[in-house]
Amino acid sequence: MSDQPTSTTRPAGAPRVVLVDDHGLFRSGVRAELGTRVQVVGEAEDVAPAIELIGRTLPDVVLLDVHLPGGGGHAVITEVKRDHPDVKFLALSASDAPEDVIAVIRAGARGYVTKTISTAELADAIKRVADGDAVFSHRLAGFVLDAFASGPAPDDVKPSFDPELDQLTTREREVLRLIAQGYTYKEVARELFISGKTVESHVSSVLRKLQLSSRHQLTRWATERRLT
Amino acid sequence: MSDDPHWHGPGNHGPSHHGLGHHGPGWQGQPPRHGEVPDWVVHRARQWRQRGDGEPLRRHPDDRLFGGIAAGLGAWRGFSPTTVRIALAVAALISEGWAVPFYVLGWLLIPAKGDETTIVQRARHDSRGLVLALALASLLAVFLFLAGALNDAGLATFAWPQVFSIAGLTLIWRNAPEDERAAMHRLVKPLESLTASGAATSRRATRLRFAGAAVLLAVGLGWLFALHGGIYLLEPLGGFLFVAAGIVLLLGPWWLRIARDLLVERQARARAEERADIAARVHDSVLQTLALIQRRSADPQAVVQLARAQERELRSWLFEGRAPGDSGGSSFAEGIRQIQRGVEALHGVPVEVVTVGDCPLDEHLSALLAAAREATVNAAKWSGAAVISVFAEVEPDKVNITVRDRGKGFDPAAVPDDRKGVAESIRGRMSRHGGEAIVQSAPGEGTKVTLTMPRAAAGPAAQAAPAEGQRR
Repeated sequence: MSDQPTSTTRPAGAPRVVLVDDHGLFRSGVRAELGTRVQVVGEAEDVAPAIELIGRTLPDVVLLDVHLPGGGGHAVITEVKRDHPDVKFLALSASDAPEDVIAVIRAGARGYVTKTISTAELADAIKRVADGDAVFSHRLAGFVLDAFASGPAPDDVKPSFDPELDQLTTREREVLRLIAQGYTYKEVARELFISGKTVESHVSSVLRKLQLSSRHQLTRWATERRLT
Repeated sequence: MSDDPHWHGPGNHGPSHHGLGHHGPGWQGQPPRHGEVPDWVVHRARQWRQRGDGEPLRRHPDDRLFGGIAAGLGAWRGFSPTTVRIALAVAALISEGWAVPFYVLGWLLIPAKGDETTIVQRARHDSRGLVLALALASLLAVFLFLAGALNDAGLATFAWPQVFSIAGLTLIWRNAPEDERAAMHRLVKPLESLTASGAATSRRATRLRFAGAAVLLAVGLGWLFALHGGIYLLEPLGGFLFVAAGIVLLLGPWWLRIARDLLVERQARARAEERADIAARVHDSVLQTLALIQRRSADPQAVVQLARAQERELRSWLFEGRAPGDSGGSSFAEGIRQIQRGVEALHGVPVEVVTVGDCPLDEHLSALLAAAREATVNAAKWSGAAVISVFAEVEPDKVNITVRDRGKGFDPAAVPDDRKGVAESIRGRMSRHGGEAIVQSAPGEGTKVTLTMPRAAAGPAAQAAPAEGQRR
């Protein structure tokens, strides 16, 4: 979010990763699958141990389950960000509940992927996040489009803190739509005749809006979705 | 009737059957002895015995008003249940209510037909029930004590025996066999809805009820005072108030604890029921699917298909609160999910769906869905892609669906006739409803079908509203 010196000075080689997930089987599976593509420096299965471990090892990326006993993934992010704002989080979950996903993203995660993701894609996503980019799965793109499309209810219009933050540009919307359709960043770039870097910057700015926007209906939207 | 030795009760045992081992399993009667007693006594006794069904005394819960005792007595001694009931009612009146606790006692001590344990035997192990029975009885006693203070003697004489009845009934309520309890539940249900301010009754109804009760109480008290001649009635009441306060102080915490224990017990039961419900659902869906997967493990395609179908069902239950098998009404997003389910089940190709917004279905949107289904089925059948992406977005003025695959694609200029026909059916269907279909494809590039349908009149219920910027 802010210009952290460490985000650009990551030593070459495999990113250092901490796995936080309450399923031991899943952790060992991910660790085995990722193999040498990343360097797993620690595992935790609960909020408090995770915070301690991350503070001690200072990894490049924390692979974080959205659902954790003792507070959920966003609790870990909020706590760690206070002391170590440069640690990056990639949310990984089997959950489809938009409110959970939006909660971790708003807490500061750099992306969200579902657990059905392929190993190669996961390794790529980790690398992207380590490099400071945002990672949007097609599902997250759908959630975000949905959240920013649904306007406030008429009786619920509040003067916004910063209107710029409260809506997506046409271009950002186009990018999100293509991602939601299953396009890769590269394909998005080709489709829209823009460079890959531009796609990255659009996605990052969407993420920033998602995290900084004062639209309280973002949260309301997420809760409502659960009821539909 | 008694002059006719051949008369017999509803049990249909003829006198000729007597002594032939025709009696029920619980039959304890002794064979009539000759010699010591005069013959006519034996005859009389035999006759008396043969009036009933020859079975030992049992309650008949299937022909019951309360405990089935009247029906049981009737069958035992060969009267009609109605006669017994009237006799019992008269007895209750004459005995100033004392017949009621004895009835309850009978209910407790006489086993039901086809069941050899009495309720008392069961209640012996129900310590909580015993405590509760004592508590309720003492509560009623205190109440009657107060009523006695108001000199309402007529009420009190009939009510005092009920202190025992209520204790007995409590034990029966808690320890009766399952089917009897269900019957009692039906009996008390209207009463329950009066007293319990549960989820079924609204807050407003509760308030109304309390207001009504307050008015009635005030009127009733006023009436009583007027009847008994006014305020001097309160003079003895003062002393009784102290006694009552003392009793409440003494027993109050105990009553409270019992009430709390009951609440806890009820919550525990609710939790247990919830757990059982979840277990049942998991069994119905997940375990069944796992069993199927084990049996079809040789066919990876089928296994993937089963796992995906199960995953989707579980998700829609966990995250959308929809019960398995529940289609969830006729919204646009649900229509998309149905396409996903149908294509995955029929063609075994995973379909990734992202929907943005939702709206009710109309005839045009149904046509759009039909076209989208065609496009998805085409992709599943021809593209050879491992996965098909369906993206649907409901906008204020139109609805878009994109069906995309990364399969082998084709040259739109040189399509075989049969596929052209399908494409036409998509295009034709869309244009008939004022929509538009664009098919983009190239060999090796995959295929993308973009369907756009304008929305007739965006109702207020539509979820997708204009973006904020346009609104202001």
